[in-house]
Amino acid sequence: MGRRTKMPGVNAGSMADIAFLLLIFFLVTTSIETDAGLDRRLPRENKDSVVVDYHKRNILPILIGKNGDLMVKEELASLGELRAFVRAFIDNGGILEGNQGHCGYCGGEADPESSDNPLKAVIALNSHRETKYGVYIAVQNELVGAYNELRDREAQHLYQKNFTDMDREYHRPETTAEAKADLRNKIKYIRGLYPLNIVELPQQQKSE
Amino acid sequence: MMSKFKKNMRTVPEVSTASLPDIVFMLLFFFMTVTVMKDTALKVENVLPNANEIKKLEKKDRLVFIHIGRPTGSFETVLGTEPRIQLGDKFADASDVGPYVLAKRARMPEHLRPFLTVSLKVDKNAHMGLVADVKQALREVHALKINYTTYEGDAHKNLE
Repeated sequence: MGRRTKMPGVNAGSMADIAFLLLIFFLVTTSIETDAGLDRRLPRENKDSVVVDYHKRNILPILIGKNGDLMVKEELASLGELRAFVRAFIDNGGILEGNQGHCGYCGGEADPESSDNPLKAVIALNSHRETKYGVYIAVQNELVGAYNELRDREAQHLYQKNFTDMDREYHRPETTAEAKADLRNKIKYIRGLYPLNIVELPQQQKSE
Repeated sequence: MMSKFKKNMRTVPEVSTASLPDIVFMLLFFFMTVTVMKDTALKVENVLPNANEIKKLEKKDRLVFIHIGRPTGSFETVLGTEPRIQLGDKFADASDVGPYVLAKRARMPEHLRPFLTVSLKVDKNAHMGLVADVKQALREVHALKINYTTYEGDAHKNLE
């Protein structure tokens, strides 16, 4: 009986080793990184092509050549000046005050040769099949950047907050439901003022 | 007095390691909970381009990944250096993209299906032709939400 009460304790000295082993395994297999990128929505596929009558002034053609050079409105341009160019085009507001389609919130130069209105301004992006993806993303990034700058400006003006910050706050899990509903309306409104109109043309097979 | 002091010097108390397992377990549980196991081995080169106007992709349960890039290592000798599409852990053609995405969608819980997003992880040296083919294939199966997954950084570096 005396023997039973005096059970030898299990040696826990090696527990740390076992735990270390597991720890190292999980350390090695872990990837904590979260992915990030540019969100896009592809156009719905419609078999019968729709011909939309668009004024030439409302379209900004951007062509990315196979060596990574850019053509904006049939002129060579560099990536550095693209953002300002796109911004000026979207924000132009070519219709004068008092006429239908006038853009009250635009801050552009109202050049009659450029876009009427941010709702009508379309960026037509065209790339060659051989164009490097890195260049394409750089251009897309500049386009989104131009839109974000304009949206930020309008959001600052209306709600004293940046659009990008509002968007980030909306996606944060801590944000309450009421705050989310409020933000959703504001974000929708700002997006409505400057809708992201980027059209990608079918790629040309022929070599120039 | 002196003898007492000497005695103390000789027997330095050992540091107790009894709490070491607890500390290690704590770390272990942390890493166990944050771990996401990699389910695919990359067979293509995948240096993503840089961009700074990006948004985070949060919920992994609604993402489908498509990798594009030039085959790496031993695959290069068989497949050449032209960029290829990798779906799951296999090389594939642009025509396989549609069925693959549909199969993924069918396996998803029903309430997530409308939110399916395709994350395009394309090497920055891949060419646009293949990407355009993939995008066309995605349009055909009505998977319209896409994300050009990038690293965070200066987009101008992509030109180099």
